[in-house]
Amino acid sequence: MKKYVKDLMVAAVEFPHECYVLLKLTDSEPLPEMLPGQFVEVKVEGSPKTFLRRPISINYVDRENNQLWLLIKKVGEGTQKLAELKVGDKLNLVFPLGNGFSSVQEKGEKVLLVGGGVGVAPLLDYGKYLKDNGASPVFLLGARSKSDLLEQALFKAIAPVYVTTEDGSEGEKGFVTQHTLLEKERFDRISVCGPKPMMMSVARYAKATGTPCEVSLENMMACGLGACLCCVEKTVKGNVCVCKEGPVFDINDLTWNI
Amino acid sequence: MKNPVMTASGTFGYGVEFADFVNLEDIGGIIVKGTTLQPREGNDYPRMVEMASGMLNCVGLQNKGVDYFCEHIYPEIKDIQTNMIVNVSGFSIDDYAECAARINALDNIPAIELNISCPNVKHGGMAFGVTPEGASAVVKAVREVYQKTLIVKLSPNVTSIADIALAVQDAGADAVSLINTIMGMVIDIEKRKPVLSIATGGMSGPAVKPVAVRCVWQVAKAVHIPIVGLGGIMTAEDAIEFFLAGASAIEIGTANFIDPTITVKVANGINDWLDRHGCKSVNEIVGQLDG
Repeated sequence: MKKYVKDLMVAAVEFPHECYVLLKLTDSEPLPEMLPGQFVEVKVEGSPKTFLRRPISINYVDRENNQLWLLIKKVGEGTQKLAELKVGDKLNLVFPLGNGFSSVQEKGEKVLLVGGGVGVAPLLDYGKYLKDNGASPVFLLGARSKSDLLEQALFKAIAPVYVTTEDGSEGEKGFVTQHTLLEKERFDRISVCGPKPMMMSVARYAKATGTPCEVSLENMMACGLGACLCCVEKTVKGNVCVCKEGPVFDINDLTWNI
Repeated sequence: MKNPVMTASGTFGYGVEFADFVNLEDIGGIIVKGTTLQPREGNDYPRMVEMASGMLNCVGLQNKGVDYFCEHIYPEIKDIQTNMIVNVSGFSIDDYAECAARINALDNIPAIELNISCPNVKHGGMAFGVTPEGASAVVKAVREVYQKTLIVKLSPNVTSIADIALAVQDAGADAVSLINTIMGMVIDIEKRKPVLSIATGGMSGPAVKPVAVRCVWQVAKAVHIPIVGLGGIMTAEDAIEFFLAGASAIEIGTANFIDPTITVKVANGINDWLDRHGCKSVNEIVGQLDG
């Protein structure tokens, strides 16, 4: 799939929560083909401490409005600067990068999409794709508390949403892997994006139940193109670049101790 | 060469990774990822840490080995119409010579860059590059088996880079390239641990440019073979500094991570600068400092 380096224009800036920003980007020409689970590398201007681009997953591609959405958690100075962008500003992207989540395997397949924190971001686009292509996605989303749950209305418009919060302020109290849904139902496969301990714990559940499972990793990276070999993950095939061979991996290809 | 801009080893893959962004044939030379006799897995993650105006890496020469390169990668890149140069690294003099000999047999590789300066592997690489005797020994051995253009990449992590340059010139190098990364270290103060998996790493990016310019200037006074300058070049103006210090070509490294089209921008920018200053070619400004 062809990659581009391009200035996109900020069409809208939303703050779903004080720690997050949702950037809606657009372009004068139709946005290129992108797959759910791929990511972009954005260039951060005006921050001397931020030297490298920042890898951000694709939250949603709104073809009707020719918009690419990036849901960003404010972590350091780089992401803070991104949250200061205004409508009309330009943002330079290298995209689309990496391999996305698996395409639909068969009509009607039940796919559980598990997201934690800002890791829910790529699942919105993926859930929409699965639904549009005849699969039956189900979301299981976890957060610290109710106010950390992101884009709930958008998820609910696509498929059933189950929620856990660590403080019990919404949905079931606890972690995603403790949700009663997992005891009651079985799925054809699972896709996960979130903090590594959460992904490992879902991977353990998947392995125990014999359910195929893929996870989206976010190792620190520089080039995003498979050139610098910095973001490697140990796999059964040796060290591979998360940016190029991933970010989505089948758990059986990883060397996680699960 | 079409222009004096090349890509630094380890920052541009095998070139093909950047083919969506630039016409590879508009780049003067592409120096591909460091290649060793045996396949190498490289160091553990994390291998990279960002800093103001630069980064540190400890990739550790991950590559699939020279045989894989010759059989699988060379066919993919051999018809790219520019100077495709292989960076060669090793852990013993025999390693270097054997690896160089195999690449000597590849018709469309006009040169190798001998890496005697990698700071990220134990018992090798830089061990040869830190003394004139070590550098001389490895270059002599490679010179015996390698007939095409031999560029030797030098480390700044030495007391006198000019002495090393002189030694490799005397041992038969056709050119030197400098600088490789500067050894550094970053600590995570909350964990009280180094950030990088092997504690130290090689620093690159605009922060190292003045060190690189100084090294080129010192080496230019010591040797008569051509110098390829690199270290933190982000713009055409940065490249001009290297030419004035005494380099006749340059490599762009870390900047490729920030802008995948930077090579062509710098090449065009150098021409614009030369035009504005009434110069017909880079050769007119190489080492031309006033005073």
